Amino acid sequence: MSDNLIEIHDLSFAYGKRLVLKGIDLTARRGQVIAIMGISGGGKTTLLRLIGGSLKPTSGVLKVDGVDMSGLDRDALYQLRRRMGMLFQFGALFTDMSVFDNVAFPLREHSDLPEEMVRDLVLMKLNAVGLRGAHDLMPSELSGGMARRVALARAIALEPSLILYDEPFAGLDPISLGVTGNLIRRLTDTLGVTSIVVTHDIQESLRMVDYVYFVSEGVIAAQGTPDELRASTEPFVHQFVHGEENGPVPFHYPAPPYADELELAA
Amino acid sequence: MNGLLDSLRGIGARVIDSIWRMGVATRFFLMILLQSGQSFRRFHLIIREIYSAGVLSLIIILVSGLFVGMVLGLQGYETLQTYGSEEALGVLVALSLVRELGPVVAALLFASRAGSAITAEIGLMKATEQLAAMEMMAVDPVARVVAPRFWGAVISMPILAALFSAMGILGGYLVGVVLIGVDEGAFWSQMQAAVDFREDVLNGVLKSVVFGVAVTAIALFEGYDAPPTAEGVSRATTRTVVTSSLAILALDFILTAFMFRGV
Repeated sequence: MSDNLIEIHDLSFAYGKRLVLKGIDLTARRGQVIAIMGISGGGKTTLLRLIGGSLKPTSGVLKVDGVDMSGLDRDALYQLRRRMGMLFQFGALFTDMSVFDNVAFPLREHSDLPEEMVRDLVLMKLNAVGLRGAHDLMPSELSGGMARRVALARAIALEPSLILYDEPFAGLDPISLGVTGNLIRRLTDTLGVTSIVVTHDIQESLRMVDYVYFVSEGVIAAQGTPDELRASTEPFVHQFVHGEENGPVPFHYPAPPYADELELAA
Repeated sequence: MNGLLDSLRGIGARVIDSIWRMGVATRFFLMILLQSGQSFRRFHLIIREIYSAGVLSLIIILVSGLFVGMVLGLQGYETLQTYGSEEALGVLVALSLVRELGPVVAALLFASRAGSAITAEIGLMKATEQLAAMEMMAVDPVARVVAPRFWGAVISMPILAALFSAMGILGGYLVGVVLIGVDEGAFWSQMQAAVDFREDVLNGVLKSVVFGVAVTAIALFEGYDAPPTAEGVSRATTRTVVTSSLAILALDFILTAFMFRGV
């Protein structure tokens, strides 16, 4: 068994003629938390979707758990996805089901376990995210942070070897944000899974991840451990880590000269 | 010259776009049929949809049926009385309802009540990434979400149309016999003699099954195909009601032309 759960080599992806990702190289070892960071619209989520198999690479190699993703048919992809969990940006809980039924959903769909065992497993997963007491609530009764934790319990229901997180920190208050960050770290360590976190929350990420890839304009612009990135003098990393307005990433969207647009005579 | 080329290009693009969309819709419909086996093995999923599409539409169907029947009773009596054949009121009410108004009006109401709800629900499930989440859990949303809704609605439609007709006949009876005083024996016996089970009732049921399939397929496709935004879902819901209403009326003409050719 290879030590790398994800191996990406020279991967490119295009929506029609528009090249979104080019020449991406990335590896993730078992038991690691990897962050994929970058500005919005830079191709982070596309990369996550490629790893999850929702999109197929235009060229290059993408292997998850030793399986080449580009040649997979639907059945093989679904087999592989049973070993993956994904946390969507706002949880994507099924709104017509209770918290309990949401977490039980993958168990009921993919196993013939008796209902008592499903119940025990669901309560264990909910306990792991601290929401065992909320199992009777409906998703509409949960706060944003709670919904994401329930979704996390659902994502780990089938004991996956890979968990994908799409912007897990977006829109959370500082307490929920810290709780979610710690939870990702703890679950990765206790379950021995690999976690891929797409985020732009730099401070939280640098606190809990093992390795960071910066994606900008479709390429890996920088990479390294949190310590390496904090010490980096590269302009893009520096601007991102310190949240500066100006740098390689401009504040202004490309526009004609300001004076021309306001029709001011020179 | 350039303007002409541009408009020609625009027309061409629109034609290709609609043909493309029709292809996608047809493929989606075939996928539903292919993925239906699982729904029937887990029939409780279909039962739930029969409840939300069928049972929850009962009030509007029953009340509308009653009023349509009552109006038919009033209008029919007015006309028949001119020819001294007001006893034929039962026949008029029953045939109009069973052959036409039952299936057509029930389907129109169904499209605006259940069809729009199906589109909005599926569209919002897509917009909130619930369908994508299901895919990531290796559960096919067409098999788990779409197919049960399709069969639940298709099973509900003929039953709702039959109830609409039954309530309509009751409405015609209340107005014609109880209120105006048409002979009760003539009302029922003429109806019994004139309405043919195969020609009228079964054809009516067949119509409502076809309408049910059309409305539900349109509603599901519009929801599944909706852009995942608030505006996208609202437009899709409107399109469901407009497209399925037009489809019902067009299909009704075609089916009627084949079924009742004056023989």
